[in-house]
Amino acid sequence: MKLRKPFKTVVLVLIWGWILLFVLAPNLLVVMTSFLTRDDAHFIRWQATLENYLRLFDPDYLAVFGHSFYMALVTTLLCLLVGYPFAYLLSRLRAGVKPYLLFLVIVPFWTNSLVRTYAMKLLIATNGLVNQTLLGLGWIDTPLRLLYTETAVIVGLFYVLLPFMILPLYAIFEQLRPELLEASGDLGAGTWQTFRRVVLPLTMPGIIAGCLLVLLPAVGMFYVGDVLGGAKNLLIGNVIKNQFLDARDWPFGAAISLLLTLAMAMLLYAYYLSVRLIRRPHAHAELA
Amino acid sequence: MPMLNWLKHAYLWFVYLLLYLPIGVLVFYSFNASKNPYRWGGFSWHWYERLWQNSSLLEAAMNSLLLAVSAATLSTLIGPLTAVALHRYRFRGKRFLNSMLFVVMMSPDIVLAISLLALFILIGVQLGYVSLLLAHVTFCLPFVVVTVYARLSGFNPQILEAARDLGAGDLRALVTVVLPIIFPAVLAGWLLGFTLSLDDVVVSMFVTGPTFEILPLRIYSMVRLGIKPEVNALATVLLLLSLATLIGSQFILTRKGERKT
Repeated sequence: MKLRKPFKTVVLVLIWGWILLFVLAPNLLVVMTSFLTRDDAHFIRWQATLENYLRLFDPDYLAVFGHSFYMALVTTLLCLLVGYPFAYLLSRLRAGVKPYLLFLVIVPFWTNSLVRTYAMKLLIATNGLVNQTLLGLGWIDTPLRLLYTETAVIVGLFYVLLPFMILPLYAIFEQLRPELLEASGDLGAGTWQTFRRVVLPLTMPGIIAGCLLVLLPAVGMFYVGDVLGGAKNLLIGNVIKNQFLDARDWPFGAAISLLLTLAMAMLLYAYYLSVRLIRRPHAHAELA
Repeated sequence: MPMLNWLKHAYLWFVYLLLYLPIGVLVFYSFNASKNPYRWGGFSWHWYERLWQNSSLLEAAMNSLLLAVSAATLSTLIGPLTAVALHRYRFRGKRFLNSMLFVVMMSPDIVLAISLLALFILIGVQLGYVSLLLAHVTFCLPFVVVTVYARLSGFNPQILEAARDLGAGDLRALVTVVLPIIFPAVLAGWLLGFTLSLDDVVVSMFVTGPTFEILPLRIYSMVRLGIKPEVNALATVLLLLSLATLIGSQFILTRKGERKT
C-alpha cells in the first residue's frame, strides 16, 4: 500500500520534528551542560570544564553511587528469586484461571508507584501493621525501626518493581514448550540438569529483560528514597534531583545523569548481545 | 504429588499476598474513623468527605485529569500515524527513529526529566501546563507507537490489496480498512497514555511550574511529611481510577482477539 505522498510527508515531519526537538536536542543539551560551569543566576556559564566529571570521583559521591547500586542489585536479585518461580507457576496454570491471575499481576503494574511506596510506608512504620503484629505475637518487645533504613528502601523498591520482573519472565515461560522438558527427561537428564541446561538458557532473555526493567528504575526512583529511606539512603536519582532542584548545580547534575545513561547503555548492549547469542543456536528455533 | 501441588499453590498465594497486602491495608485504613492512622476506630467516610471539601486538592485533581486526557489524546493522534509510517514506509533514518523511541522507553525517567527541563529553560517555554503536556506526550508516545505497531504487524496485508482491488483509494483504504483494524490498539494506547500521565511523578516534578499544581506532586509533598488518613483516601481514589482504566483496556484488547480474522 502506498498512501498519498503529502500524507507521508506530514507524518514523517511531525514525528521527526517531535523526536529531534524533545528527545535528541534535550539529550545533547545535557551532554553540553555537563562540560560547562555552574552559574547561580543563569544555571550555567559558558566556560568549558571537566571539573564536573572529576567531582564524580569524590569519595562522598562514590559512596552514595555505590550504595545506590548495591541497593538496586539486591532489589533485582530479590525480584528475580521471588519472580522466577512465580512466573513459571503462573505460566503452567489451567487456561481457565490464568487470565484472571495474570490480571492480578498487571493491576499493581498499572497502579501509581508513589501510592504503592506510600502503602509500604504505612505497613512498616513504627506503629504500622508489621510491628503491631510482631508485638502482638510477642516476638519482639519494642517496635523494630524499619522505616528510614536501607532495608526499607530495598523492600520498597522490591515491592514497586516486582511486577516488572514477573511480566517479562511470564512472557518467556509462555513460549517455553513443555515438550522440550519431556525430551530432556527422556534423554536422561534429572530435574536439576534439565533446569540448568534447558530451562535456564531458554529463559535467559526474559531474565535479563526483567533484571534491566528492575535495575534501571531502581537507581532513579528518587521518591522511594525520599519516602522510605530518609537522609542516609539516597538513590542516584535523589542526588541528580538535589543538584537540579535544590543545589542548582546543573552541570554536576548533568554529569551524574550522563554516568547513569552510560551505565544503562552498557547494560542494554549486554542485553542485545545475550539475546543474539541465545537466539542464534539451534535448540529453540529448530524445534519451534 | 499432592504435597508438591500444595506447595506450588501456597507459593502463588504468598506472592499475591506480598503484592496486595500493602494496598489492601491502605484501602482499609482509608475508611478509618479514628484520627490515629494506625488504630482502627470504626468505619467512616469521613476522609473522603474531607477530600471533597478540600478545594485546592480538587483543583489539583482536575488539573491532573485535564493533563492526562490532553497528553493521552495528543499522543494517540501522533502515535498511530507514526506506527503506520514505520510499518508501511521505507525512509532514511528509520532505524534511528526506532532506536530513539526505544531510548525514550528505556531511559530512566529522571534522565528524560532533566533533559526536558534544560530544553524548556533554554527555549523559554514557561513551566506549567504546556511544559507538562509536551513532556508527558514525549514519554507516552513510544508506548502508543509500540501498542499500535504490534497490532499492525498482526494483520494480514492482503486485506489491503483486496480493498485496492475493490477500488478503494489510498486514503480511503486507511480510513475504512486500517483504522478499524488498529482501533482497539489506539484505544488501548490512549488508556495507557492516560495512566502513564496520571502516575508520573519524576518528570512532572522537574517540568512543573507554580501556576499549575497536579495531583501526584501534591501527594508527593503530603507523603514526604508523614502518614495522614486523608492521603489514604486520596490514594484509594487513584487506585480505583487506575483499576477502571486497566479493566477498560483489557476489555478492549480481549475483544480485539475475538474479532481478529
